[in-house]
Amino acid sequence: MGDYLRPARLEEALEALARPCTVLAGGTDFFPARVGHAIDENILDISNIGALRGISRKGDGWRLGATVTWSELAAADLPPLFDGLKQAAREVGGRQIQNAGTLAGNLCNASPAADGVPPLLALDAEVELASCGGQRRLALSQFITGNRRTALAPGELLVAIHVPGTARETRSAFVKLGARRYLVISIVMAAATLEIADGRVAAARIAVGACSAVAQRLPLLEAALVGAPVDARLADRIEPVQLAPLAPIDDVRASSGYRRDAALVLLRRLLTEVVP
Amino acid sequence: MKIGFTLNGSPVEWSGAPLTRLAAALRDGLGLTGTKIGCDAGDCGACTVSLDGRQVCSCLVPMGQVEGRRVETVEGLAARDGTLAALQKSFLAHGAAQCGICTPGMLMAAGDLLARSPQPSRAQVEDALGGVLCRCTGYTKIVDAVIAAAAPPAEIVAGSGEAVGARLARLDGVRKITGADLFGADAIPADALWIRVVRSPHARARFALGDLGPLKARLAAVLTAADIPFNGYGIYPDTKDQPVLADGQVRYKGEAIVALVGDRAAVLAIRDQDVPIVWEPEEPVAGIDAARAADAPLVQADKPHNLLLDGGVRRGDATAAFAGCAAVAEGAFETAFVEHAYIEPEAGWAQRIGDRIEIHATTQTPYMDRDEIASVMRLEPGAVRIVPTACGGGFGGKLDLSVQPLIAVAAWQLGRPVALVYTRPESMAASTKRHPARVTAKFGCDEKGKLVACDVTATFDTGAYASWGPTVANRVPVHATGPYFVPNVRTWGEAFFTNAPPAGAFRGFGVPQAAIAHEAMMDELADKLGIDRLEFRHRNALRAGDKTATGQTLEHSAGLAQCLDALRPHWRKAQEEIATFNATPGPKRRGVGVGCMWYGIGNTSMSNPSRMRVGLAADGTLTLYNGALDIGQGSNTIMTQIAADALGLPVAQFVLVTGDTDLTLDAGKTSASRQTFVSGRAAEAAGRDLRQRILRLANAGADAQLSLEGRTVTVRDGAEVHRLDLAKVGPLFGEGTFDPPTTPLDADGQGIPYATYAFAAQMAVVEVDTELGTVKVLRIVAAHDVGKAINPTLVEGQIEGGIAQGLGLALMEEYLPGRTENLHDYLIPTIGDVPEIECLLIEDREPLGPSGAKGVGEPGLVPTAPAILGAVHHATGVRARRVPLLPHRLREALVDLGKGAKP
Ligand SMILES: Cc1cc2nc3c(=O)[nH]c(=O)nc-3n(C[C@H](O)[C@H](O)[C@H](O)COP(=O)(O)OP(=O)(O)OC[C@H]3O[C@@H](n4cnc5c(N)ncnc54)[C@H](O)[C@@H]3O)c2cc1C
Ligand code: FES
Ligand code: FES
Repeated sequence: MGDYLRPARLEEALEALARPCTVLAGGTDFFPARVGHAIDENILDISNIGALRGISRKGDGWRLGATVTWSELAAADLPPLFDGLKQAAREVGGRQIQNAGTLAGNLCNASPAADGVPPLLALDAEVELASCGGQRRLALSQFITGNRRTALAPGELLVAIHVPGTARETRSAFVKLGARRYLVISIVMAAATLEIADGRVAAARIAVGACSAVAQRLPLLEAALVGAPVDARLADRIEPVQLAPLAPIDDVRASSGYRRDAALVLLRRLLTEVVP
Repeated sequence: MKIGFTLNGSPVEWSGAPLTRLAAALRDGLGLTGTKIGCDAGDCGACTVSLDGRQVCSCLVPMGQVEGRRVETVEGLAARDGTLAALQKSFLAHGAAQCGICTPGMLMAAGDLLARSPQPSRAQVEDALGGVLCRCTGYTKIVDAVIAAAAPPAEIVAGSGEAVGARLARLDGVRKITGADLFGADAIPADALWIRVVRSPHARARFALGDLGPLKARLAAVLTAADIPFNGYGIYPDTKDQPVLADGQVRYKGEAIVALVGDRAAVLAIRDQDVPIVWEPEEPVAGIDAARAADAPLVQADKPHNLLLDGGVRRGDATAAFAGCAAVAEGAFETAFVEHAYIEPEAGWAQRIGDRIEIHATTQTPYMDRDEIASVMRLEPGAVRIVPTACGGGFGGKLDLSVQPLIAVAAWQLGRPVALVYTRPESMAASTKRHPARVTAKFGCDEKGKLVACDVTATFDTGAYASWGPTVANRVPVHATGPYFVPNVRTWGEAFFTNAPPAGAFRGFGVPQAAIAHEAMMDELADKLGIDRLEFRHRNALRAGDKTATGQTLEHSAGLAQCLDALRPHWRKAQEEIATFNATPGPKRRGVGVGCMWYGIGNTSMSNPSRMRVGLAADGTLTLYNGALDIGQGSNTIMTQIAADALGLPVAQFVLVTGDTDLTLDAGKTSASRQTFVSGRAAEAAGRDLRQRILRLANAGADAQLSLEGRTVTVRDGAEVHRLDLAKVGPLFGEGTFDPPTTPLDADGQGIPYATYAFAAQMAVVEVDTELGTVKVLRIVAAHDVGKAINPTLVEGQIEGGIAQGLGLALMEEYLPGRTENLHDYLIPTIGDVPEIECLLIEDREPLGPSGAKGVGEPGLVPTAPAILGAVHHATGVRARRVPLLPHRLREALVDLGKGAKP
């Protein structure tokens, strides 16, 4: 059996990470991967570290501590910028999973179907990584590098997710397609953030998940939306070519062709939903 | 490490490894087994507890995180004096617990909601309970119970002679809603050794075991095929083809090879790769076509052509009759492996007592277990005692042996108690499945829409071992006409071995697969002739006096036409609502479908007797010795209701002894929907027998009233009152036996396969998202002819639970070995997937049954998938040829039809 450490201070945690160990937050990805056999890794449990808790304003943006759970996020008093992320929070697993699972854990686990990734990509989120050697910030798009791969270096801990504020009126939304109502891994999901000026799209950030090893932003679509009036015709701007960054696969949940079509449908509905 | 926290209001200190899951700490260290483990992976929610007032999966919380916090479990819901919480009362009164394995989790999740929203809406209940799976109830009564929790209905009490037909709460209900019921993993002795089974990663391979010496040195024992006295088991005397531990050859992925026996931690610490096995994988035989190929390798060396069995029914001349038909419909349909997904994985423990072996395990069939263990261990059946634990769902999957032979052999060898609890992936990989089927059907009718001929062939993939394959292959040809009068019939069933998990018994024994085919044919014929789909079925419904395909005249109790009559107003209303909805264009299209079924109760053309006993002890204890196992369907309660009225004393005075093979008589297996009809009839006879004895002692007439106070039985016969002192005249026993009258089927399948049949018709309304290919079932109305509803609440529970499984079969469930071996890749319906269900109970009395009752265990599931698929066709024009109709399959079919233009 390995060691188990549950420090209260971040420095202790970072020191502990100097030797190989597995980070444990909400445990909702950790334990399911370890059914039916003894667990013998060294464990660093980060659930008791004050510095990793809570949601706070930071400059013109927000800081989501690494141990913020889906439920905390859903209940937090946040502007419409976060509506999409909150919708995702309510679609993760069931209530029990939302009460324990963390957004940071969702990012670090780096599943192609992680529901937190598209909305956070659409929020232009950054992750703050710390180690004994110091700290750095990385755009989320650079943090997740592949199917279950991240840029986390040995000894590093994700300490917070940063979401920049927007100067303009902003709306966001999230839609998820699964084969049943609750407790379901997404077949496809999509998230959008629109910044609006004078009734027109001033900036758009759109991301699709479960259609490639890592969820992808769709720059062509984003560009096509800029300048468009924010009304029911927004969805008409979607063209299949804009989905080129997606590379869906066949698996037990769906075929690749289906995923591609469904992504298009979901994007249309997303843009219809995001319009006031 | 020592961890202090508050448990159900009291401070506790626990010590152990901080990474221990809270669920395990509660159950093993703290002795609170009310919290259940169904998967250890967050997927089932059975382990839900409250942590600082919020529901969490206790299988995902390390004890290290519990320090200083507040934990509430199901054991903390009732007051200390045992007074139930309002929510528990509501669960009891609504019949929201069936097997009860999900109930603690449901209660804790609901408690979290009610603390915030005391009068929740249905949507709120669904959101709060979405993380707890129930495989038994179809969620309907759970939703009702939570919504009504603020003001639970009063409990119904039945006096003498009032039990049959009353909505009594389950007699074992309080145990289930307080967490006190003990399931397979709940009462394992602390000093028991544990088994971990090493299983095959290959679907077909030869293997050789290396030197097991080093492993044996670390453990109490390492069992291999050589340790099993008779290494073959199976349902029929001539199908003992499945080894307890594989002997040099494996035939499916997940087959048991080696059993490691030792301290729990020691066996868990050994990884599969630490066990020396040299593998020689071979190309597996996958699927029916591969099994039938001329050059197919044999799955079992002595089974030529990989054929398990075939046979059929022939009546009239179907081939000739088709020529004269006004309309003919034809189609081929395919279904997948379906997993039972009971929330309780297989579990139990055994101990040797002198020259006897005693097995405490979850099962559906104590007496078959006893005989099979005796055979495997080469003991006399009398040397085996089966003490069934509470059973957390079976649905057919716990009719086959699972943990029993390994724990028995190990306990016998080692002289210590030995336990085995399957993990969820192990349960899914090792256990039997529903047979994948390919059904080709052709039906023809005359210009008036009367069926003239049918020709159905059902081909089954029976997996690696026979299991209940013969039962499926026999039952299906009898039922393949559907519940209709067809004069010219040819039906055929055949089952082939493949290198897949053994396909066994699963609610309906193949009939649900066949129903998908015959019901699609009914829809097509009706559409061809322009006859309403419900009316077409009504026209052809088997009625009392009709002859079935096997030449049996249905004397009584064939209530399909009444079921359809009951559905008709709902059907018309749904048609109108749908027409209105569909009048507005859009991607969502609605449709309504109807499915019918019939189901022969009990074994096919085979004796399946039940014996029951009622005892009145010298001290006045009134006991029903009940060998009919309650796996959640409610037979504990049903048998008592029947026996109570037959005897003439109230249900509340009964004590139950269930299942123990040393204490009860053989009431057969809990399968084939037979317990109410067969064992119920035996319970009725046993109650009457005891009554006769009492009346004789008192010299009283048949109408005398009985009452029991202490050890005195009072017999009131008109003005005369007799008092019997049981200390003097007792103990008294009554016994009853019933074996439904059947006859063997001849070479053409002619005969009387079943004494009676259940009938049903269900209607489903669906909404199809034509852009995404998703199907949402909006409503189901289910009309079931049950003969007599002994307990309407329990009957509805069976129907609703069956419907949820039928919905899963139609829309989401597909077991793929190695790919969907857990409850997040293998999807069963959640609380948000099962629609509101309305049950209409039709009581067309069956004179043979107790108070006229038949069975309802399986019928609930059979018509659901056909009704849903018919509704999808009505909505979109897509006829599903392959289930489950996953979104991508439906979407493809829509595109092929030109209905779902590329987005
Ligand atoms: C039943 C069930 C349903 C689920 N449904 C969904 C769903 O619908 N959508 C979805 O996206 N996910 C789902 N999940 C997955 C999971 O709940 C989420 O990914 C969750 O957000 C993970 O967070 P956690 O805190 O539990 O992570 P943990 O399990 O504690 O950790 C996850 C991984 O991240 C690492 N890690 C965690 N925090 C840090 C950190 N701060 N720094 C460095 N490494 C870290 C851990 O070492 C581990 O490898 C489901 C899981 C279950 C069991
Ligand atoms: S046992 Fe915890 S969710 Fe299944
Ligand atoms: S009662 Fe819910 S799983 Fe059995």
